[in-house]
Amino acid sequence: MNKENKKTNSQLASVWRSLRRNRMAMLGLVILVLLALMAIFADFIAPYAYDAQDLLNARQAPSAEHIFGTDEFGRDIFSRIIYGSRLSLVVGFISVGIALVLGGFLGAVAGFYGGRLDDIIMRCMDILLAIPQVLLAIAIIASLGNGLVNLMVAVGIATIPSYARIVRASVMTIRGEEYIEAARASGTNDAKIIIKHILPNCLAPVIVQVTLGIANAILSCAALSFIGLGITPPSPEWGAMLSGARNYVLTYPYMSVFPGLAIIVTVLALNLLGDGLRDALDPKLKR
Amino acid sequence: MEEKKLLEIKDLSVTYKVEDGIVYAVNDLNLVVHNKETLGFVGETGAGKTTTAMAIMRLIPSPPGEITKGQIIFDGEDLLQKSQRQMRSILGQDISMIFQDPMTSLNPAMTVGDQIVEMLLLHKSVNKKQAWEEACQMLELVGIKRERAKDYPHQFSGGMKQRVVIAIALACSPKLIIADEPTTALDVTIQAQVMDLMRDLKHKLGTSMILITHDLGIVAEICDKVAIMYAGGVVEYASKEKLYNEPAHPYTKGLFNSIPKLDVDEEWLEEIDGLPPEPTEVIPGCAFSPRCSKCMEICKQKKPGITYLDDDHYVRCFLYEKQAEGGAAE
Repeated sequence: MNKENKKTNSQLASVWRSLRRNRMAMLGLVILVLLALMAIFADFIAPYAYDAQDLLNARQAPSAEHIFGTDEFGRDIFSRIIYGSRLSLVVGFISVGIALVLGGFLGAVAGFYGGRLDDIIMRCMDILLAIPQVLLAIAIIASLGNGLVNLMVAVGIATIPSYARIVRASVMTIRGEEYIEAARASGTNDAKIIIKHILPNCLAPVIVQVTLGIANAILSCAALSFIGLGITPPSPEWGAMLSGARNYVLTYPYMSVFPGLAIIVTVLALNLLGDGLRDALDPKLKR
Repeated sequence: MEEKKLLEIKDLSVTYKVEDGIVYAVNDLNLVVHNKETLGFVGETGAGKTTTAMAIMRLIPSPPGEITKGQIIFDGEDLLQKSQRQMRSILGQDISMIFQDPMTSLNPAMTVGDQIVEMLLLHKSVNKKQAWEEACQMLELVGIKRERAKDYPHQFSGGMKQRVVIAIALACSPKLIIADEPTTALDVTIQAQVMDLMRDLKHKLGTSMILITHDLGIVAEICDKVAIMYAGGVVEYASKEKLYNEPAHPYTKGLFNSIPKLDVDEEWLEEIDGLPPEPTEVIPGCAFSPRCSKCMEICKQKKPGITYLDDDHYVRCFLYEKQAEGGAAE
């Protein structure tokens, strides 16, 4: 157990050191941690329930009671944004998780074995890439039906090709390394070579893609909710909130400004962190 | 010494199919490695040394490579008849390999201890704790402190890394080690240390070794037998003493002539005229004939067979084939 600790420590330590020197990346990380805390402790932070209606106080401007104002049903926008962070983060992480697992597997197999298998897998990925992501997600939701789970599946499937490509490319460079041949010369089977020797060595670009991918997934999810697919009211999804606010953009702009800001800040934080990680993990930029 | 054959290669041929034709990497190669013996495998770059090693381990990438002919008998069984699964249990367990460049033959994302553990878990029925303990012992055996088992390869110097590679190769006490130019990437002082270490461990553990190299000095130092390779075939195979005292094949003689002599002040080293043939070229006669100073008419037309000058000394050259026939006639 001690051994395991030290292993992760020394690898993470060097990445952490160079990441800490990057101020913007640290800013992104801090924002993300705050968002995560907000999502976890939403019940304690939010002053109102996300679906508590108060029709008498509908469309209120920001005030001491409702610091971000209220929406057309008198629900507290601040509370809804806080609860919305749960949905956004969950959708972001899980849909990327789906894409990463499926795409990573396909990419690793294609890159490792090459040849006809590679051709078949990658041509399928090309076909998937040729369909606009949002359109594909719409089609998937249309066939699976509305709902949180289906939204995540749709966004996940639509982004499989980018993970498959990245994993394939790095597997292909690592496949030719001498230590892979050495592993083979010591009688290691293919599955073990891929899992133990190749994948740990191509994590760097994947981690970066995941960070940026979560940002993208949150955006797609907001976009899909905006057009009424995916998360259904009264769930406080940021995109759905924007969608509800679009009739009041001119009269009550704060209804769209705050959910919009929430999306921007989250995506920006993820992008800053992703860029920082890219620099920290790139061995060529070290020293 | 117990003269039991551990590895016998009979008429091995390996080809690679490439776009401009077929590369004949190894042609009709014959070799014997006895128990506890070190065989030096000497030849120019591209002579097929590494290909032969890969063929023994059945790791020739296919396609484009293919073993077209021959037998590789290891411990009484033909490796070419084994399934992939059977091969995997032989590799690492009975045959293991030390690679040329220690900088790239260790996995950068695993601690060196874990890499030895990996090898042990693969082939021995031990639990993780025992394997870790054994890995630490292996490291101590090659002269690395056990505390360093938790370090990553990049924290070691080149010579230390090669020691780790040796420790991994020896972890399961294999019967045969194939060392592919184990010291080429190291500087001369470290070379000596690593070679000493390998020689000691070989004696201690009683393994046989095939040492691929182009350094005749290293061969003289640690090998028992020597096989000289030229253009994909063994042209001369002999015990070290015989080969150094009475080299027979014109190519071997040429090689020895090209070594600077300590007692003579030489301006220009002897060389063998010409270049090794392109591996795609098909030479009807002896592969060395275009460069051979003693080339005869027959050399250009026919491939020479094996002529035994002694029990453990053979040569592929018509000069001796004639002599042997002549001797018999007289």
